[in-house]
Amino acid sequence: MKVPLPPNFSQNDRPAAVIEIQNLTFGYGGRSFLFDDFSFRIKRGESWTVIGPSGCGKTTLLYLVAGLHKPLRGEIRIGGEKIVRARPSTGLVLQDHGLLPWATILENTRLGLKIRKFYGPDGKHSPANALGDAMGDEKRVDYWLHWLGIEQLQGMYPAQLSRGQRQRAAIARTLVLEPDLLLMDEPFSALDAPIREELQKVMNRFHLESGLTSLTVTHDIEEAVMLGEKILLLGNSCNREPQIIDNHLSGEIDKRTDPEFLERCGVLRALLARCTTRAHC
Amino acid sequence: MKKKATLLSTLIGIVMFFCLWQLAAMLINRPILPSPIVVVPLFFAHITGELGLHFLASAGRVLAAVFLATLFAAPLGLALGQMPQLDRILSPLIAIIYPIPKIIFLPVIYVLMGISDFSKITLIAIIIFFQILVVVRDEASGLKKELILSVKSLGAGRRALFRYVYLPASLPAVLTALRISVGTAVAVLFIAEQSLTSYGLGYYIVIETYQVLLYPEMYTGIMGMGLLGVMLYFAIYAIELKVSKHLFIE
Repeated sequence: MKVPLPPNFSQNDRPAAVIEIQNLTFGYGGRSFLFDDFSFRIKRGESWTVIGPSGCGKTTLLYLVAGLHKPLRGEIRIGGEKIVRARPSTGLVLQDHGLLPWATILENTRLGLKIRKFYGPDGKHSPANALGDAMGDEKRVDYWLHWLGIEQLQGMYPAQLSRGQRQRAAIARTLVLEPDLLLMDEPFSALDAPIREELQKVMNRFHLESGLTSLTVTHDIEEAVMLGEKILLLGNSCNREPQIIDNHLSGEIDKRTDPEFLERCGVLRALLARCTTRAHC
Repeated sequence: MKKKATLLSTLIGIVMFFCLWQLAAMLINRPILPSPIVVVPLFFAHITGELGLHFLASAGRVLAAVFLATLFAAPLGLALGQMPQLDRILSPLIAIIYPIPKIIFLPVIYVLMGISDFSKITLIAIIIFFQILVVVRDEASGLKKELILSVKSLGAGRRALFRYVYLPASLPAVLTALRISVGTAVAVLFIAEQSLTSYGLGYYIVIETYQVLLYPEMYTGIMGMGLLGVMLYFAIYAIELKVSKHLFIE
C-alpha cells in the first residue's frame, strides 16, 4: 500500500537546499590531502550519488557537507549559509543504522524531535522556526513509520528487527525532522540484494515525490546509477577537478537489465578503474 | 541477551537451599549447625526487635556506600569514556588499583577518618567505586562512533548526547556492576562491623552471639546478612529489568 507524502513535503512548497562547495581542501593529519581546491555545486532538488574506490574520501565528503568535519581551507555553503557545525535541517543516514539499542523503534523515531525540544528552537541544534506542537510531532512520527511500512514494529527493539527494517527505522527517524537535505552514507550496502532493491525503490519514490536535495555515498555501481541524477566520481588520490556524470537513468530501477542501463554501468566501471589507478596531483 | 530469573526458579532455589541446610544440620548434628526449623522461627521473632535494628544499621551502611560510590564513579567513568586522552593517562593507574582488595586499607581508613560509621561506609564505597568506574568507562568508550555521529546529526550537542546516549547507555552497566559488587560490599561490611560499633549485623554475629556461644541466635544474624545480600541483589535486578528491557528480550 502506498501512502502519499504529507502536503508540506510536496515538491514546490518544501525548501530544498542548494549545496555549494568552494575551494575545499581537506585531509587527515599526517596524510596527503583527499581534496585540494575542490569545487562543485548541487542544485536545488537534485539527487547525487558519490562513488569511488575505498579510501577516496567519499564518506569524508559527506561528513564535511554534514558539518561533522571542518574543511582545512575553502568552505561549504548550504542554502547560502556557511557550514561550521552539524546543521539541524540536514538529515543523515549511515550504513550502520545508528539506532539506540535500548530504545524501541517508536522511541528511536522520536529521538530527533526530543533533542529539538531539549534545546528549543535555538537555530543551532534545532531550526529556529521549529514548531514544537506535540500533536503534530506524534502525527509525523506515525506518518513516517507508516510510510516506511514499519508501524507494526514500533514497540520492538532494534535487536529484534532485520537489517532492512532497522535501516527503514533510521530513515524514518531522519525524515520525521523534515530535512531540506538528505545525506546517506552507503545506506543499503549491508543489506541482502532483494531488501536493498526494495529500499532503493523506496528512496527513489521519496525523491520523486519530495524533490528533496540528496547526496548518497555508495561503492555499488548499479546503486550509483539508480539513485543519482548526477554521479560524482572520486579518485584514489587527491581530488581537484570534480568528475560529474549526468545520468537520466536514475529512478528507473525496473529497467536495470536494459542495455542502456547496463552500458551506463559499464562506462562508470571503466571510469572507476581509471580513477583507482590515476593520480590527480 | 540476558536470561531472566523467574519467580518459580527463585522459589525452587529457596526450597533447595533450606533442604540442603536441614540435611547438613542432620548430618553434622552439632550445636554449631542448628536446623533451619529452629533458626527461621527465631529469626522472625527477633527481626522485629534488636536484630531488626542491627539489620537496619547494616542496610543503611551498604546503601549509603552504594549511593556515594555511584555518585562519584558514574560521572568519572562517563568522562573517561568520552575523553580518550584523559583515559590514556589514568588507565594504567586504574588497572593497578582495580584488582587490589580494598579491605586491606581498613586500618588506614580507620586512622585517617576516625572510627565512625563514615569510615566504614567509605571503605565499602571505595570497593564499589572501582567496579562502577571500570564498567561505565568501558560502556561509554565502547559506544559505536556511528551511533554518536548519527545522534549528533539529529542535532545533539554535548548535553543532549549525555542525556540521550551516554546516560542511558551506562545505566544498565552501573546496575550490573552494583548487582555484582553488592556481595563483596556485604562481605566487607561484615568485617568492618566486627569492631568499634554497637550496631550492625557483623557486630551482632561475632560479638553478641558467636563469642557467647549463642549459636541459633548467631544464625539469625547470618540469615539477616544473607537476606540483606539477596534483597539488594534482587532489588537491583528488578530495577535492571525495568531499565534495561532491551537486554532481556525473549
